Amino acid sequence: MDHVGLVHPNGHRALRQVSLRLAAGEQVAVIGPSGAGKTSLLRVAGTSVRPSDGRVEALAVNPWQLGARDLRRLRARIGMVHQAPPIPPRLRVVTAVLAGRLGAWSTGRALASLLYPADIVGARDVLARFDLADRLFDRCDRLSGGQLQRVGIARALYQRPALLLADEPVSALDPVLVDAAVGQLVAQAQATGATLLASLHAVDLALKWFSRIVGMREGEVVFDAPAGEVGPTMLHDLYAAEGAALPMQGSGPLPRVALDAPAPTTVVPLVRPGCR
Amino acid sequence: MSAAVLGVAQARDPQARARAGALIAAVVILWPLLVLAEFKPWALFEAGNLKVMGGFLAGFLPPATSVEFLGLLLVATLQTLAMATAGIALAWGLAVPLAFAMTPSLSVSRIGPGNALRRGRALRGAARMVLVFLRAIPEVVWALVFVRALGLGPAAGVLAIAITYAGMLGKVYAEILESGDTRPARALLEAGSGRLAALCYGLLPGAAQELASYTVYRWECAVRASVVMGFVGAGGLGQLMDQSMKMLNGGEASTILVTFLLLVQLADALSAALRRLLA
Repeated sequence: MDHVGLVHPNGHRALRQVSLRLAAGEQVAVIGPSGAGKTSLLRVAGTSVRPSDGRVEALAVNPWQLGARDLRRLRARIGMVHQAPPIPPRLRVVTAVLAGRLGAWSTGRALASLLYPADIVGARDVLARFDLADRLFDRCDRLSGGQLQRVGIARALYQRPALLLADEPVSALDPVLVDAAVGQLVAQAQATGATLLASLHAVDLALKWFSRIVGMREGEVVFDAPAGEVGPTMLHDLYAAEGAALPMQGSGPLPRVALDAPAPTTVVPLVRPGCR
Repeated sequence: MSAAVLGVAQARDPQARARAGALIAAVVILWPLLVLAEFKPWALFEAGNLKVMGGFLAGFLPPATSVEFLGLLLVATLQTLAMATAGIALAWGLAVPLAFAMTPSLSVSRIGPGNALRRGRALRGAARMVLVFLRAIPEVVWALVFVRALGLGPAAGVLAIAITYAGMLGKVYAEILESGDTRPARALLEAGSGRLAALCYGLLPGAAQELASYTVYRWECAVRASVVMGFVGAGGLGQLMDQSMKMLNGGEASTILVTFLLLVQLADALSAALRRLLA
């Protein structure tokens, strides 16, 4: 990204003069107070919004100069974990995960998979990394908010994108599960050589898992430094408007949680069965 | 706004004035429309009119139940059902691609927005125009046209229903798809999915119930519309009704009306069952 600016249609300026370059396979966390432009940054990187000014390249091509077919191919190689998982409640978990590969599948295969899931084993394997393999054939409206968010992450991992973007991917998760989920994102990026750009609310989480930290405030990059060089002063400056305390996931160093931590057993249906 | 400028605490709903304005505007517009439409409901209750209507309705009793007539009625009912179902099926085939083309949340060019935004808008506008054209001409007019070409009988009714109802189905399908949660479809398109896959994985799971019950409702309307078309010779219950009315046989007419009641009940039960199935 080179001097990227973004003005929303309502006139709100979300990004100003943001320049950022990620090497292939690099893992970078974006932190900053809410409203800093983290989501906008990810959306520009994910080719879902066109920047108002400046230049953007994703996976070494300018998406806005591509034809429809090439743009679609590029988008199939970019995965996004959304803050609120965009999954219809009536979809089954297996279908929701398999939807990650729709960009790579032909329309015929996509439609056939609605009748009989095309890759049950693949979906089960990726869900197993989030302790959700037993929910494979449940409907998504039977899951809790945290479980649904993990299904959203599983979908992006199943996509196996070359550029993996994550927008507050763990905001609805239990503190115990947060560490495991971020660990899975990082592990996937390492295993597939994907570039990972994640926005995180918790500073300690970012410092623990990511080698490079980008601090944002009011649509601008305030600092861009290796995790080791990010000190308390920089962080307190970044979050000055939000009071003295830094947003943390846990106090002190996070305990290394086994990746197979037990899932919460309470199931809160998001939609009551009687609801339309 | 002005309250804030004056430094007065906002204890009043800032929208109150706009709402009152809209209400007054509605009355000001509606009143002349009622006058224009010669809307005088009290005329219904004037003694002379009541007597005339009462006489007309009394002729409907008792309902006709002769075996011969019931046989005719059965054939006509089957013909009407066939006409409505075939018409809706054809309309569906025409409406689905048009609605698919018209739904903005399935537009790839709106993401970004992309380079083809203008072309996408033009295509959606064209699909919308086609749908407007299809439903702008009442089905009875189409039926009159087709009766001339195909002769008396249900075939003309089928084509008339297919054309007009394609316009209605397509418009409402697109609106139903647009009024649910459109983020799933958009997220899929942003991940490179095709439009048809985005429809099936992103929009249909949330909209299937509404789409099914609207389709069944339109089928019900088609059953009723076939009466009007029967009057112009397109067969079915309508033609039977036309004959009974012309022969001033109120008993037969009321039996036909009871049949309609049962058909609408049937459509209602079908719709409820489909909604349960898709819940």
